[in-house]
Amino acid sequence: MYTQAMDLGPKDEGKALKTAEEHQLQERFDARIDAGDFIEAKDWMPQNYRKTLVRQISQHAHSEIVGMLPEGNWIGRAPTLKRKAILLAKVQDEGGHGLYLYAAGETLGTSRDQMLDALHTGRAKYSSIFNYPTLTWADVGVIGWLVDGAAIMNQVPICRCSYAPYARAMVRICREESFHQRQGYEALLTMMKQGTDAQRVMVQDAVNRWWWPSLMMFGPPDAESPNTAQSMRWGIKRVSNDDLRQKFVDATVPQAELLGVSLPDPDLKWNASREHYDFGAIDWSEFWRVVNGHGPCNRERLATRVKAWEDGAWVREAALAHEAKRQAKMKEAA
Amino acid sequence: MSNTTAPKNEWPLWEVFVRNKAGLDHKHCGSLHAADPQMAIQLARDVYTRRQEGTSVWVVRSDQIVASDPGDKDMYFDPMEDKVYRHPTFYALPQEVDHM
Repeated sequence: MYTQAMDLGPKDEGKALKTAEEHQLQERFDARIDAGDFIEAKDWMPQNYRKTLVRQISQHAHSEIVGMLPEGNWIGRAPTLKRKAILLAKVQDEGGHGLYLYAAGETLGTSRDQMLDALHTGRAKYSSIFNYPTLTWADVGVIGWLVDGAAIMNQVPICRCSYAPYARAMVRICREESFHQRQGYEALLTMMKQGTDAQRVMVQDAVNRWWWPSLMMFGPPDAESPNTAQSMRWGIKRVSNDDLRQKFVDATVPQAELLGVSLPDPDLKWNASREHYDFGAIDWSEFWRVVNGHGPCNRERLATRVKAWEDGAWVREAALAHEAKRQAKMKEAA
Repeated sequence: MSNTTAPKNEWPLWEVFVRNKAGLDHKHCGSLHAADPQMAIQLARDVYTRRQEGTSVWVVRSDQIVASDPGDKDMYFDPMEDKVYRHPTFYALPQEVDHM
């Protein structure tokens, strides 16, 4: 899973750097970025580089965690034991991905509880794709195929992010993620090739509902992403939103043909001169509506998260109390 | 590794090291939060070896790790740069004995 590049970053510090020393540190940092060096947690970095990363990594982590909810919805209703085991493994992976990412975020000096608090109080965003409901079993397959497919497209370039702890987390995530997309496509293929007419209609309906939100996962068009240039300069972002989106469309159209479903875009067609698929205009007003809290499931998702956190409070406290007691006993024995 | 001081109620941070298979060394693979050592080992297994990536796991409290100062990196490691005679390739030998 992935969070879209929403590009809502803090504005670059316009003011002049204060001291000669800071100036020198900045120059050294820029030179390292230019040389393709990785930045590690304890290295000096500009304030805004740190802020941008905390925002992006925590938003990414939140997306993994909230992303468990739409699919978790189907664990108890998966059609076979095999599909249930696969879905359980996938949802467990998403939890793990959230953990890797929170840990990467923590290296920047923000604790996990602080990041979670930002999510639970609505200050932090997560990918708007998870604010759509999973109405049928076909949705689970389509999430694997399209949503995880878009996520992988987005995430592979981040394996080369200049901030090393983030890049390392992404390498691990990408290695695990490819099964997510394949299992989804295979589940759909089974329904399309061996299923009933009703099942095929169900798959097509799910594709119709998820196609446009999947394209929105790559974030607003480049022209409306004022911070992209800075993120590219810093080596945090490697490929622009529009380029990634195009790559995703080009890769997905043949997969849809093989599957035997249509994509809900009358303007979708091969452009021989561009050697890419052209596609129709995206409804960005819907995107912003969902980002700003008015999607079909925003409230439900956040409420579920907050409830899980609050219901778990006594467990967290009890575990700490148990450890304090154990330590006291050890001291006594010593 | 983190330079964060955890708030009072947050479980402490642990670093996880995994041995991929017998014969290899343990390698750092990430971090996690756990209340006690036993839980840290258990979670390390669940989080970092879901695909048989390990045959052995170490965990250590992050605040127990002593690390070199990144600011001293050059001063600390550069003195070895000009000691090329520490490498076998520094010595040119006749071809007949060059496998030495």
